This record gives sequence, C-alpha cells and structure tokens, in this order.
Amino acid sequence: MTTDPTTRLSMLEAMLLIRAHERTLASLAGNGVPGTCTAVGQEAAAVGVVRALQPRDRILTNHRSAGHLLARGADPGRLMAEVLGRASGYCKGKSGSLHVSAVELGVVLTSTIVGGELSLAPGVALAQKMAGIAADAAPMEGTGPLAVEPGGITAVFFGDGAACEGIFHESVNLAVTWALPLLFVCENNQWQAFVARHETMPGEHVADWVAGHGIEARIVDGNDVEAVHEAASEMVAAIRADGRPRLLELTTYRQCGHYEPDDQAYIDADELAHWLQRDPIDIATQRLIAAGVVGPGELLHLHQRVDATVAAALSFAQDAPWPDASELSTDVYA
Amino acid sequence: MQTITLDEAMTQALTEEMRHDPRVLLFGEGVATKRAALADEFGAMRVRNTPLAEGIIAGTAAGAAAMGLRPVIDLLFVPFLTLAMDAIVNSAGKLRYLSGGQFSFPMVVLAQTGAGWGVGAQHNHNLEAMFVHAPGLKVVMPSNAADAKGLLKAAIRDPNPVLFFTDLALVQSPGAVPPGEHLVPLGRAAVVRRGHDVTLVSYAKTVGVCLQAAEALAAQGIAAEVVDLRSLKPLDEATVLASVRKTGRLVVVHEAAAPCGVGAEIAAIVAEKAHAALKAPVRRLTGPDAPAPSSWVLEQALVPRAQTIVQAVRQQVGLREPALT
Repeated sequence: MTTDPTTRLSMLEAMLLIRAHERTLASLAGNGVPGTCTAVGQEAAAVGVVRALQPRDRILTNHRSAGHLLARGADPGRLMAEVLGRASGYCKGKSGSLHVSAVELGVVLTSTIVGGELSLAPGVALAQKMAGIAADAAPMEGTGPLAVEPGGITAVFFGDGAACEGIFHESVNLAVTWALPLLFVCENNQWQAFVARHETMPGEHVADWVAGHGIEARIVDGNDVEAVHEAASEMVAAIRADGRPRLLELTTYRQCGHYEPDDQAYIDADELAHWLQRDPIDIATQRLIAAGVVGPGELLHLHQRVDATVAAALSFAQDAPWPDASELSTDVYA
Repeated sequence: MQTITLDEAMTQALTEEMRHDPRVLLFGEGVATKRAALADEFGAMRVRNTPLAEGIIAGTAAGAAAMGLRPVIDLLFVPFLTLAMDAIVNSAGKLRYLSGGQFSFPMVVLAQTGAGWGVGAQHNHNLEAMFVHAPGLKVVMPSNAADAKGLLKAAIRDPNPVLFFTDLALVQSPGAVPPGEHLVPLGRAAVVRRGHDVTLVSYAKTVGVCLQAAEALAAQGIAAEVVDLRSLKPLDEATVLASVRKTGRLVVVHEAAAPCGVGAEIAAIVAEKAHAALKAPVRRLTGPDAPAPSSWVLEQALVPRAQTIVQAVRQQVGLREPALT
C-alpha cells in the first residue's frame, strides 16, 4: 500500500464516524425517529471512493447515503437534523434520510428510487463534459446551483439491487456511447431489500455484465478501505485523463437490516458471522496497529472524539427547530 | 407574418433559443436526423441522437438541467413517457422539493399524441392529466403554430420541467407565425372567439372543433366564447372563471378521456368558485375511456365533434333538438 499514514488514519476515523452516526440513528428508530437505511458494514466502500475524489467532482447516491455524505465532509449535526425532519437539515427536513443532497458538498440529486441515481448520473457527467469543452472556447455561463468546473468527473453509487433494474444498462450504454466522465460504483452488499442477491441475479458480480459494454471494470474487496481507495484513485485518474466511464464493483456486506428496526430473522447466521469477521473497520484497525500507524492510546482517543462528535450532532439535531408549516408548499416550483 | 407548419414553428423556436442561450441543448430519438439544420448549426455536442431508451433520455435531461444546462428532449410519442416516469415524475418533479430547493430542473419534454395518424393506443394516448396531477411539472398543449412557437420558447426559458405535447393532427398544419421574438407566457389562456351565451373551454386540436361549433351556433343565434387553455399547468383559472361568469354556461371539450381529466378539474374549479353564475349544468365532451384504435373511422369517432358540441350547447340554452327527418 502506498497510502500515507495520515490518510490511512483519517480514513479510519471517517469510517468510525459513519458507523457511530448510523448506529446512533438506528438505535433511535421507532422512538420518534424514522427508520433509516444504514450502510453499516459498507463504510470502506464509501470512504475509499469518496476520498479518491476532488472537490470539483460530483457524487450521486441513494437511500444508503450517510457514508457518502459524511466521507465527503457533511456536518453530522445537519445530517441528523435532516433525518429528524428539522428545518436546519441539509434539505430543510423535506428529504428525511432517504434523498439527502448537499449541493455545497457536490453530493447532488440523491434518489431513493432504486436505479434513480443511475438515470440522473449521465446528465451530471454530460454537464461536466460540456463545461470542459466550453472552457476551451469561452467560459460557460452556469445558473445551476453550483459551478460546473472543467475536468470534474461524476461518481454514482448504487447497489447490486439497482444493477438489476433496466436503467442500469441504459445508463452504462449512454455513458459509453457519449463518452461521459462517469465512475459507476456498485456496492455489491449481497442483499436487495429483503431478498438475497443470489435469488435475483446469476453469477457473483455486476462487473461481469458490463464486459459487453466494453468498459473497464474492476472487482475489489469492498471491506478493505485501502484497496478501495487505491483502485478508485486509479480509475478516477483514468476517467479524468480520457473522459470515458469505468465501473468499480466493491464486494461488501450489509450488516444491518434493510431499514431500522429490522430483526434480520431472514439472514443466515453463518453468513452474517462470516461477514462480521470481515468487518471493514476491524480490518483497517488491525492493519494500522500492525503497521505501527496507531497505538491503543491514540485509538481510544479516536473513538472518544468520534463519539463526542456524534453526541453533539444528535443534540444539535434534537434541539433544531421544526420547519414552519408554511414550508409545505414551498420549493415545488422554481 | 410567415405561414409555416406547427413543426416548422417549433424548429424556429428551438433555433432561436439555441442561439439565444448556449446552455440549451437538444437530444432524443432522432432529433439530429430529423432536425438536421439544427445539428448543422449547433454541432454534435448540442444536438444529439440517443438510443430509443426513454428512461435514460429523461433522466439524463434531469441530471443535466440540475447542473445548469437547459435540455430539450424529444421522446416522440406521449405513451412512451410511461417508460420515463421515474425520471420525470420522481426526479424532475420532486427533487427540487425533496432537496429543500437546492436544485431546479429547466427542461422541456417534447412528445406527440392525439388522433390523426391511425397509429393506435401505444402511440396515441392523451396522458396530459397524469402529468398535471404530478407536482413540480408544467404541461403545455398548443392548438396552433404561432402558440407552438411562443409556448416552446417560453418553456425553454422556464426554470421548471415543462411537458410540451403536440397534437399529431396539427403538426403539419400551417399557420401564421410571428417571425423572431414571440413569447407566449405559460399559464395564460387565450380567448380565441368572443361570445356571451356559452363558454367552450378546450386545448390542442379540439380548439378548432370548438371554433367550428361556435360558427354553427352563431348561425343559430347563439354566441359562444371559445377559450384555448394552451397551458394545462399552470392553469389560467382567471380567464375561465371570467368567461363563465359572463356566459353562465360551460362546456369543456377535450380528446382525452373524462375520468379525473382536465375537464373534471375545470368543472370542479367552476363549481367551487363560480357556481352562482351557472345557468345550466356543466358539460364535458371527451374521448371515451378506451384505448385509441387504429382504424381511421374509429379513431375519428373518439374525437369530440362540432355537432356534438352544438347539441350540448342547445340543451344548455334550453333549445329542443329539431326532429330527425
């Protein structure tokens, strides 16, 4: 691994923050807090890819978005406030947990319709491509919510469930045909709502399907944050260089239910135990300890800092004001 | 004034708007082929053919619009939009709201529908009311070439997603169209014939049918006012209500089926806000609750006819029908 110690430690801390944030919200589900769709167990996928992106890049995500948002630098308090339906949430409480976008972070157009993010991503990448071409001639006037900077790429996060939607093929096909700077990131987490992946698709991997589209695809251990980061960095650089799409499939596991609370009675105990042995945070922690990057004292400090951040975020969210009822019909039309 | 077809008027609107604003781009099924002059003038980056895949065309438009571009997409036929409902209804229509106003979706969706080509129900289905029902969207259906140009230019400049449906029977119809800058604001109906006895409200090709009926009624001493809605959302309630308050009678005419349609909405608005002015029950004359057939005879039979409108109005004003001879 070539990743420097600071980055390795920072990625571990980001994963710890995501885990604590999601666990906290999950523990509140049903007690006045809407149940969230967590990505507990998938933190390495989020952190490894998002940390490979630049500020000018754009991210589209889905209903399991907390990891992508927090890895990108979302404020945990505003994110929790959104889930709790408060006015100071990223979307004024109108999204809740399921469609959180944060324009200032470049996390745009989150759709909770499985595959919705795949339908929107080529348009975002097209705007980036056109901005790049316009920059060579004359600067392009943009009135979008954020400037589209030349040289940016789009990363779209989706799951194996979305890959089974027809729009996946449509999206990859258009991205290839139009040569769009788009990284498809499939978090293959083995579960599609309440259905095991092996019931809905042949073979083990989504990446195999895009061979026919003629794009480069890689399958990487999605629970190894450094492997994810390295592969994502290489693919992002390649996309930036030639403007063509790539697909990165991250093999991982959804440790919690489809949404909270979920007793997961339908999950095979051996399967869950197998994947808990391969927990991405444990893997990263053990590796950093073995490499001497972090010691027990610093690790404890890291956990304490994360817990304090999440506790502060929760209290910010719980104290945040509810939206005024007049907000019901605002933001419908521009 | 120039006399050009409705389709030529749309090409003119597209050309002018693409010259006016470099963010406007056109993509969809065969646009670069069918509107080759646009492709020649604006190049392959801004005028693009696409796969015949409505979901990704509409989704890509929504994504591009949210990033500041102003896409116009051609999905060919209105029933094909059922394959793009997620992108149009769930994304373009809702993500502004769900994001707390972070995004807007300045995009136009072109599609054709209506009786006239004998193409059957999977190419001809007047689904406009479905989109009127979905929040965040605007819906436009012009009845003539001049309005098609003016409404399309306004739709392209509008910061919201606009569904721009053209009537198959009107696409090749010529009309007088103002050259150059001609804007018809969305949400403003046109009173296309003045009268004081009855209000005929319609849009798209049945506006012409209403005008024929009004002519026939005039010969019988009945002055019908004809209102062309032009925009179905936003709906120009004020013009409809003002007309009904003047005439006291309302017949709504459209080719789409009646259940939960535009006619039902107009009737409800009038019942809520101008009931006291009504001298007779509101009538709706619509296409049937049936898929559109292909056979010319059957297809023509689904379009409300001038004679039917005349009969409905005569009943409203209390005239008996002459005995059939």
